[in-house]
This record gives sequence, structure tokens and C-alpha cells, in this order.
Amino acid sequence: MASRYDRAITVFSPDGHLFQVEYAQEAVKKGSTAVGIRGTNIVVLGVEKKSVAKLQDERTVRKICALDDHVCMAFAGLTADARVVINKARVECQSHKLTVEDPVTVEYITRFIATLKQKYTQSNGRRPFGISALIVGFDDDGIPRLYQTDPSGTYHAWKANAIGRSAKTVREFLEKNYTEDAIAHDNEAIKLAIRALLEVVQSGGKNIELAIIRRNQPLKMFSAKEIELQVNEIEKEKEEAEKKKSKKTT
Amino acid sequence: MALLDLCGAPRGQRGDWAVPLAGSRQRSDPGHYSFSPRSPELALPRGMQPTDFFRSLGGNGESNVQIEMAHGTTTLAFKFQHGEIVAVGSRAPAGNYIYTLKVNKVIEINPHLHGTMSGCAADCQYWERLLAKECRLHYLRNGERVSVSAASKLLSHMMCQYRSMGLSMGSMICGWDQKGPGLYYVDHNGTRLSGSMFSTGSGNSHAYGVMDSGKRRDLSIEEAYDLGRRAIVHATHRDSYSGGVVNMYHMKEDDWVKVESTDVSDLMHQYREASQ
Repeated sequence: MASRYDRAITVFSPDGHLFQVEYAQEAVKKGSTAVGIRGTNIVVLGVEKKSVAKLQDERTVRKICALDDHVCMAFAGLTADARVVINKARVECQSHKLTVEDPVTVEYITRFIATLKQKYTQSNGRRPFGISALIVGFDDDGIPRLYQTDPSGTYHAWKANAIGRSAKTVREFLEKNYTEDAIAHDNEAIKLAIRALLEVVQSGGKNIELAIIRRNQPLKMFSAKEIELQVNEIEKEKEEAEKKKSKKTT
Repeated sequence: MALLDLCGAPRGQRGDWAVPLAGSRQRSDPGHYSFSPRSPELALPRGMQPTDFFRSLGGNGESNVQIEMAHGTTTLAFKFQHGEIVAVGSRAPAGNYIYTLKVNKVIEINPHLHGTMSGCAADCQYWERLLAKECRLHYLRNGERVSVSAASKLLSHMMCQYRSMGLSMGSMICGWDQKGPGLYYVDHNGTRLSGSMFSTGSGNSHAYGVMDSGKRRDLSIEEAYDLGRRAIVHATHRDSYSGGVVNMYHMKEDDWVKVESTDVSDLMHQYREASQ
């Protein structure tokens, strides 16, 4: 049945599916994991970096992009599609500033990206964008925000979320470990993001890319060294927790 | 028609039969404001150039039909410690003839935003009502009221798209938003200025004189009402194109208040008697 209704995007199937959109969501599930966490005073984005070939220049692979000074996004899925979406979003951020003299709110730019994605599910001759995005930032009122969009064009606000490969595992980890205490301090929120990614990333800190935005400050990308530091701290805490456990049992 | 977009239209204009380009859907998109002459609200005849048409009618004596734009009014607005005062005259002259003394030259866009009108009455009324529509849509789409700077920017964009087509409008956008009180002057050239005191119209120089001599930041509410009242009255006294009544509004943080609508000749007599 599916094969007859999945050729053209504009065709519903008899049981109400838009198969192209669902196939796009499958493409997203193949992409590398991204996690976003909304803390009290900080928002954190972490992505799994695919290991680069020997001759490849690592710096040209960027999965976390700033859309404006106060908003940034990470994606999972087709990188080329993401480039187009990010470009349009960046133009829209500036256009909004020009027209209305205020920087975009995180919700506004999310809505723009979601509307853009929806348009591509309803045009002939085009296919949907094969990406899900995690958009984070602070609004003028100082409240941190995290939104997730998917290829169908829907968007939701989240306290913490993960997209891409093994997103389910990471989300379960977050559901267990996201507490008010865990995110009260900036450092704890960063560690939570790294711990969530370490669940699914092979070979540890080398394959993690991390970025944060603090209130009233621009996007900060973590260098490999800073990530190493955080990972080492996490390992230490783990060891200490294990020691305590073994002490209790003896 | 994605293929048409990709290959480009054949040489020449797209025919009337052609479905609007996918990009033209932008007109109904939030954030893509287009007030150009090709907007659906204006039914312009095909091939008509507003600038040429207007030039052919303007006062160079060659044509039998002359359309003279009616200007004439005094409006003012200023900020002070308790908010903003907006005061306007109410005479609508057309050359030497007075159409009415009861025009309302302040449009209430929403409980926190007002626009004044001076210049061509038709232009002011149309464009400010269009601005009110955009402000309402902004609120519905974004869940929060449009800021004064955004509203004045939109009006300024509208004016820019019709530059040199003969519009005549001098308006002040006054309101209170999250950043506090806001006052902007916008005119038909697209000029947009932020300030704490403006006056527009044919009587504006008289009003400026009175306001400059009396305005202080720490005016009390009654003193501010008196200052606005006096400025309009003296301007209407000396400027033959202004008159009628003083319509005065006070913009406060939560709401606005219509302070009064007093006849200028009565006020002028009061001031005369007080000084004797």
C-alpha cells in the first residue's frame, strides 16, 4: 500500500499518512545525536561529532550554528538541508530586526523555521527538509528557551530533548536525571548534557561538540580541551559515586 | 510551479493566467511586510503610474482638473514624568473652506498606542488604519503587543514604498510598551525620528514656541495638560488653517485617558481675561 502513496509529497494515503514526511523523519533518525538542555540561567546544546577522516579539516564540520547573537540551533539529519534552513533563518533574524527594530524571540524564529518546513510538505515538486532542529536562546525578558522542530513543521517547547540516532535512549536518560537541582547551576547543566551524550557516543569526549548561551552573553563554543576537562570531572564523580556504593555494601 | 521558478519565466512579464509565484505567498507570511502598489488592498488600474498621474493634476495650471491637497492642522505630543500628552486641533480645511470642525485627528490603534494625523486627511486615515490592522495581527501572531518602535517602523516602511508618489502625512506614534513611553515622528518621506517632543502641521511653529518655553521634565499632570492646551490654542489663534477644539489624550502605563475636548475660542477668551 505504502508504495502507491509515497511518490509525491502532496498525496495523503488512505489512512491519513504523508509518507514523504515520515520518511524524512526516518532520515533524521539516521543523523548524529543532538541534545539540548534548558537550565535556569543557561541553555546548552551538545552534538555527537562524527569522526573525521585523516585528511579532513575538522573545523569545517559544524553542527551547532548561531542564528543571531542570542539564538542558536543544532540539527540532526541531512546536513545540506540544514544549511539551507539555517541560511534562511539567519536572513529572517536580520530582516526582523530591520522591520521591527527588535531581535527575534526564540519562539518567533522557531515558528518561522517550522512554517518553512511545513511549506515544503505542501508544495508540488519539492520534498520536505530532512532535519529536526533544536533551537535555544534567551529572549529579551531573560527567560531561557528550548524548542524542537521536526520535518512535518510542528514545533514544541521542551525542558530538555534529544534528536537523531539513539534519541530515545538519551531522552530516557534525561527524564531520569533532569531535576531542578541538576540545572540550577550552569556547570551542572553542562555536565548533564555531556553525560547524556556519553550514553550513546563511542570513544568519549573527543566526539562531542558543545555550545552554551548564558543570559545576555553571546554563544560560546567549547574547545576540545574544555570538553576534556568536563569529561574528566564527570569520570571522577562517577568513580566517587561507585566508591561510596561499594563502601555501603561492604 | 516549482519548475517555472527553476527555469525562470520566459522573456517578458508573466501572463495574467499564471498562478502567483510561490515566493509571492510571502505576502501573507508573518514578518514579510509588503505595502507596495501591487498589494491586494489597492485596486489600481493596470499600467497606471501614480507619480505621472499626480504630476499631470498638480498645480501647474495646464490641466482643467486640479487636485489640491488639503493640509492644515496643529498636532503635538510630548513626554513628561507621568507619561505622554497628545493634543490635536480639529479643523479640517480644504484651501480656504472649512469642511468640519469635528475631525478626530487621533487614531486609537490599541489601548497602548495612538497615532496623530496631519497633512492629507485621506492619506493619514487610510495608512494609520492599515497600521492598526498590522498591529493587531502582530499581537495575534506573537502573543504580545507590538512595541512603539516596531509600529512606527512599519508605518515608515509603508511611506518609503510610496515615496514621491504624492502622499502627504505627518504623524506621531505615541504609546507605552515594555521599554516605557515611546514617541516617534513619521512622515510621508519615510522619516522616522524618536524624541520627547514633536509638533506637526501648519501651526507647528507656534506650538513649538509655547511648548519650548513651558516644557520641563518634572511637570505635574495638571501643568502638562495646561501646556498642551495652551500650545494648541495659541497655534490655532495665529494659524488660519487650524482651529476647532482641543482634543487632548494622556497616555499612561496601563491605559490612556481622553482628558478633554474644549473649544479653542472659549479657551482663548479665558486666557485673555486672565491676563487682564
